[in-house]
Amino acid sequence: MDFSELLPNLALGFQTAVTLQNLLYCFIGVFVGTLVGVLPGIGPLAAIAMLLPATFNLPPVGALIMLAGIYYGTQYGGSTTAILVNLPGESASVVTCIDGFQMAKNGRAGPALAIAAIGSFFAGTVGTILIALFGPPLAEMALKFGAPEYFSLMSMGLIASAVLASGSMLKAIAMIFLGLLFGIVGTDVNSGMSRFTFGMSGLADGLSFVVVAMGLFGFGEILSNLEKGQEVSSRDLLTTKIEHLYPTWKDLKLTAGPIMRGTAIGAFFGTLPGAGPTISAFSAYALEKKLAKHPEEFGKGAIQGVAAPESANNAAAQCAFIPTLTLGIPGSGTMALMLGALTIQGIAPGPQVMTQRPELFWGLIASMWIGNALLVVLNLPLIGLWVKLLTVPYRILFPSIMVFMAIGVYSVNNLDLDIYMTVFFGIMGYIFTKLKCEPAPLILAFVLGPLMEENLRRALLISRGDPTVFFTRPISAVFLGLTILLLVVMILPSIRKKRDVAFQEPDAV
Amino acid sequence: MFIAFGAVAIYLSLDYPFGTGARMGPGYFPTWLGIIMALLGVAIMISGLRVEGPKVQRFAFKAILLLGAGFIFFGWAIDHVGFVIATAVLVVLAAAAGRDFRYKEVIIMVICLLIGTWALFIKGLELPFPLFWWR
Repeated sequence: MDFSELLPNLALGFQTAVTLQNLLYCFIGVFVGTLVGVLPGIGPLAAIAMLLPATFNLPPVGALIMLAGIYYGTQYGGSTTAILVNLPGESASVVTCIDGFQMAKNGRAGPALAIAAIGSFFAGTVGTILIALFGPPLAEMALKFGAPEYFSLMSMGLIASAVLASGSMLKAIAMIFLGLLFGIVGTDVNSGMSRFTFGMSGLADGLSFVVVAMGLFGFGEILSNLEKGQEVSSRDLLTTKIEHLYPTWKDLKLTAGPIMRGTAIGAFFGTLPGAGPTISAFSAYALEKKLAKHPEEFGKGAIQGVAAPESANNAAAQCAFIPTLTLGIPGSGTMALMLGALTIQGIAPGPQVMTQRPELFWGLIASMWIGNALLVVLNLPLIGLWVKLLTVPYRILFPSIMVFMAIGVYSVNNLDLDIYMTVFFGIMGYIFTKLKCEPAPLILAFVLGPLMEENLRRALLISRGDPTVFFTRPISAVFLGLTILLLVVMILPSIRKKRDVAFQEPDAV
Repeated sequence: MFIAFGAVAIYLSLDYPFGTGARMGPGYFPTWLGIIMALLGVAIMISGLRVEGPKVQRFAFKAILLLGAGFIFFGWAIDHVGFVIATAVLVVLAAAAGRDFRYKEVIIMVICLLIGTWALFIKGLELPFPLFWWR
């Protein structure tokens, strides 16, 4: 690790991020992200998918900064509603509901929100530092990777995402293969032959990433929300004014430990490909409950029960950027979207981004920290507004979302076929949710599909068709070994049971 | 549960012949994917047959139809009759897919959304959409 370069690099980053324009993008991103995050039923994935087209006309740095802002904005917005009205905006804040809402009921909504903000900010800061520290050496290592290593690494990432997805693992793996198949639609790079295009010229360039993402996550989610009858009119809206925003010294002392442990857990899971904020939040909560002197307080408004998962999910959200930016391999569906955004901006993701576009990489890192600071500043005074927003009925909300989606999809290529394809993927996404197949692994595989094929082909070319090349190259063998280990571990019944339990909990809440 | 898994299996296997259909060179990767897909589909179906699970709820056909129609109309209309009509129809169709449809609200919504999207996308981001069919 080269510390001497860290400071000038960070300086470059702040120089990039602290222009008026980029600050504005960051602000808009965080604001819009929080806004969308507060709305129940729209997670970070759907939010980014929907807002992606709005960033096309921005310069690459600005677009990425804004998207990152949206990303942690939604994370945070979800927690706000979790605490105030017992409605998690997205899955990562389900745990926050447990103690957060109890605190709010006891009249301590202010401290709960403040602790969530403080914990998130701390975790965000640590996450940013981690990226700055480990990004460059990892990227350097990645530059030495050959085709077999990349192929194995991608296999590992995909399998990990399936293992950690909720629901049946078999289905998740099937989703991965489906995603890979969708990924290779279009003209084959090597032979120029069209594959799976059904003679439609619009498909020659492959399926548009925006189309798949919007269909699966935007359109599909609206369909299933409509069916559920999202009109939750009898929300336990806390009408009482939120007073005493600031936590007491006792609160701070109590939460210092949980925040730090939560951050560590989040950082660990976030860096792993496939894992994410949700698992981090659950693990952090479970750990605190075990460590606490009074575990019986958990579930009745223990402030540690808010601090730990909130720090964990934010740290994970932040550290998920590490594999994405350095290896060009996204760790989660959301990160796959970010990579897609990069590609649309004409930047090939991967280790070379750091050397070729240092202002982009470091600017993004600096903007993450600024974004986290903005979150705290923005959210505490605006809580009242967010609560009001929750009273907007869904019947007004979703047609508006539809319009934005339609315009967004169309504006990418000005192609009507894209809109029709969105409908197709939307209906597919809806069927998937019906069958309890999680679409996140699919989008991950979709992005990695062409890359994987290319690397497989290259690897086999070098080895003259000998498939043992993946096992004779040491780094590649390690990745593949880990992949197989992951699979085996998950098939073992005892661990499988534990995993099931871990995913059962959110339903029980 | 049965029907659901059966559908998935059939659906997944459908990809298989496409895979083998392609030529050896470019078809290599998809073919393997297709084979694995088909195997997984079968495995899922078997596990689906073995375990008694909750029945899959009914599909919301009305919402699918209306929202799909709205989107498809938008795709066609934006080039042929312009942005204003395309958007208005989409909003009305989408609103009709919801639980309760309130005329006044929908009209207000159409107007607000038209002004909002016009200001944001056509004025603000300068997207080249024709407003009406005559321009």
